[in-house]
Amino acid sequence: MGRFADALAASTAGRGRPYEHVHHAYFYILPGFIVYFVFVLIPIVNTVRYSLTEWTGFTAPQYIGLANYERLLEDGRFWNALGNNAFFVIFYTILPIMLGLFLTSLMARGNLRGMVIFRTGLFVPQVMSAVVVGIIWRWIFDYRGPLNAFLRDIGLGAAVKPWLGDFTWAPYAAGIVGSWVEYGLCMVLFIAGVQSISEELYDAAEVDGANAWHQFRHVTLPGLQQQVLVAFVVTFIAALRVFDLVFVLTRGGPGRETQVVSMLIYEEAFEYHRAGYGSAMALVMTVLIVSVSTAVFYAQSRREERENAR
Amino acid sequence: MRVSIRRTLFTYTILTLFLFIAVMPFVGNILTSLKTRSELASGLFALPETWRWENYANAWQGARFDDFFLNSVIVVVPVVIVSIVLSLFSGYAFGLMSFPGENALLLLVTLGLMAPSEAVIIPLWHLMDVLGLRSTYWALILPQIALSFSFGTFWMRAHFKGVPRELIDAAVVDGCNTSPFSLRNVLWRILLPLSGPALMSLVVLVFMWTWNEFFLVLVIGGGEYRTLPVGLALLRGRYSSDVPVMAAASTIVSLPVLVVYLIFQRHFIRGMVSGALKA
Repeated sequence: MGRFADALAASTAGRGRPYEHVHHAYFYILPGFIVYFVFVLIPIVNTVRYSLTEWTGFTAPQYIGLANYERLLEDGRFWNALGNNAFFVIFYTILPIMLGLFLTSLMARGNLRGMVIFRTGLFVPQVMSAVVVGIIWRWIFDYRGPLNAFLRDIGLGAAVKPWLGDFTWAPYAAGIVGSWVEYGLCMVLFIAGVQSISEELYDAAEVDGANAWHQFRHVTLPGLQQQVLVAFVVTFIAALRVFDLVFVLTRGGPGRETQVVSMLIYEEAFEYHRAGYGSAMALVMTVLIVSVSTAVFYAQSRREERENAR
Repeated sequence: MRVSIRRTLFTYTILTLFLFIAVMPFVGNILTSLKTRSELASGLFALPETWRWENYANAWQGARFDDFFLNSVIVVVPVVIVSIVLSLFSGYAFGLMSFPGENALLLLVTLGLMAPSEAVIIPLWHLMDVLGLRSTYWALILPQIALSFSFGTFWMRAHFKGVPRELIDAAVVDGCNTSPFSLRNVLWRILLPLSGPALMSLVVLVFMWTWNEFFLVLVIGGGEYRTLPVGLALLRGRYSSDVPVMAAASTIVSLPVLVVYLIFQRHFIRGMVSGALKA
């Protein structure tokens, strides 16, 4: 056998196994992929196509080029909704991460007994239907609800208001519910992360005379990089795509104070029957979310490469 | 040492406080669901004078949550079973086999991992008319199988990649093969018995996501085909302003997921955290 044949054999040795018939792979993938192709991939392509049309959803779509996107740029409602999503990032992402980091830094390190109970409980808001979460908090914030009753009891009757119907307060009230949903996730992630940081690093820092803040800044925070990144991606995307919670809490109101992009898409496409314009909005939202995920994923794999190279 | 004990005590105080904040709204909701409307004023955590189980009867029959519950079961069961089987197959191929087009196909599957349902909803809504599936359970089942396929594939692929090669090689020596039509197949004989925990995690996650799915069902499953969350969110009529009945309905909607979660909490947390890592 020549060298070429040897090299070829060597290069394929790790790949196609002797027992393996390459065409079998397609048999395994095909059934699922066909369903995925018809109900996910084709619709994604069609969203792009419809976004270039004027279309009610019932009659034949009329090609209008990029007109929907031009309209989008000048549509105050779209920018208002996107602004509200950005506002929710403060409550869904920044507050829970800050709170999680702050609390984790105060906590004892090492194995905590009974952590299973805390982890299970803290994670409960993550697994509940957002509709249920919305119904419960809608009552808590209701004018006749428990929050106002509590305020009256402690002598703050002047602060009583219909929280979710108040133009100033509704965005904060809806945002707080988001923080409540996400903080447990951040805490669970960070506590698990801190436990995997080597105790020697803290000992070394102590020997060097590092105070609590320095330990946090130079040991805890770098050690939690990975977890903070995960928490950031998950909660940031949650803030960008929120629909059910806002739908139940405020329906975007009062006025358009809590209107978010996904809700606007729903209204445009299925209530006002501007499916072409709705598709353009949906595509912008998708590109936004996919690029955030991809950027973080890319940054992370680059970092891993660098670390492996060391 | 004293510092450390104080710190441990402090840690448990914080954890307990935030555990309470996370769980109390649900506890309050269950209490509310057993009260009369006039008892509402006495505070969220006040115990009901008599336990008003008829709130549940009113939600179940009066507000038609029996129908919504049945719809949820009819949709969730096939979605979970079919998604798991399809993911098992594709995860096996992507995890352990090499074939032309592997990377391109995997990249296409990644798209479904990142794209929100808004990316597909408008054409999907139209497609259901074209296929004549509007007003059938299929309109809710098929898209949700498709939307679970990406995560399921990646999940099983990661699991299969972790299986030691020697196990498979030994099985091949014993005469196992890759043919999907053979009973002496590596997947059935070797991999499936090893995949219990991975499959279990996938089952509970797909169950939760499908049970809680709102947007897709809201748009595509109109009228008779509402599942529990949509039924709850769109409830109109005399019960929609009856806070205790709404609380009872909320409990009905969340109880199945809560029970499964409490039994399999490890699977949930592992799945949602590492799943998020990939997504």
